[in-house]
Amino acid sequence: MTSLTLVRRIKARPAIVFDAITTAEGIAQWWGPDEGPVLLAETDVRVGGRYRVRFRKLDGTEHESSGVYLELVRPERVVMSWRWASGGADPGESRVEIALRAIPEGTELTFTHSQLHDEESRRSHEGGWAGALQKLEARFANQT
Amino acid sequence: MVKYQRQLDRTFAALVDPTRRAILAQLERKEGASVSELAEPFRIKLPAVMKHLDVLADAGLVTRSKAGRTVTVRLRAQPMREAMEWLRRYERFWSSRLDRLGRYAEGKEAAARSEKG
Repeated sequence: MTSLTLVRRIKARPAIVFDAITTAEGIAQWWGPDEGPVLLAETDVRVGGRYRVRFRKLDGTEHESSGVYLELVRPERVVMSWRWASGGADPGESRVEIALRAIPEGTELTFTHSQLHDEESRRSHEGGWAGALQKLEARFANQT
Repeated sequence: MVKYQRQLDRTFAALVDPTRRAILAQLERKEGASVSELAEPFRIKLPAVMKHLDVLADAGLVTRSKAGRTVTVRLRAQPMREAMEWLRRYERFWSSRLDRLGRYAEGKEAAARSEKG
């Protein structure tokens, strides 16, 4: 329920996309959500290895996220845990999964951020939704 | 902001449970229902339904009003709207990043091709 999936078609081969996602050099080019700079990017690209990225947004606020690589299959798949390192209350850990599939024009990237708000959401995917609940579900595809 | 976050936590925690979602779905179909009406479709006892209603009420998703011996439960839409807005913000956040990732990778691809000549 609390997960979202986005799909992108990219005119680049999967290995190039994979490296853009997993190398510090690549991350520095896109990780920020706006044109603000990435201040720090560290990756230890092996299962169990950690990554840490700090960026500054155009509004001047700085944010850091970090986690552990859970699965790495170059150039097809990256799964990592995700945690905001913020000053306030612990927002908990979520999971980011990126699947790369070779297509004639390059790569189809499927991005899923799941367990966004509650680990328990994994256990509760059943029917019986209506109205607003259905809209929620349609917009943010179920995790498997 | 912290208060807002706590409200979201409660909303999502309330929505995690399938029985509670089914109760909300029932309330969406009709304008207010009694506790026993709500309990009807479930193979669980009334006290269990009451507990679910407590969680939903704490999350601000439903209100309960008592008239005589009947408690009427109604849906409150605001916390649900906030939860959906929160998820939409997350979607926008990732959407702009993936666009940047795509542009960067496409630049790399073009560079790799021109190197090969």
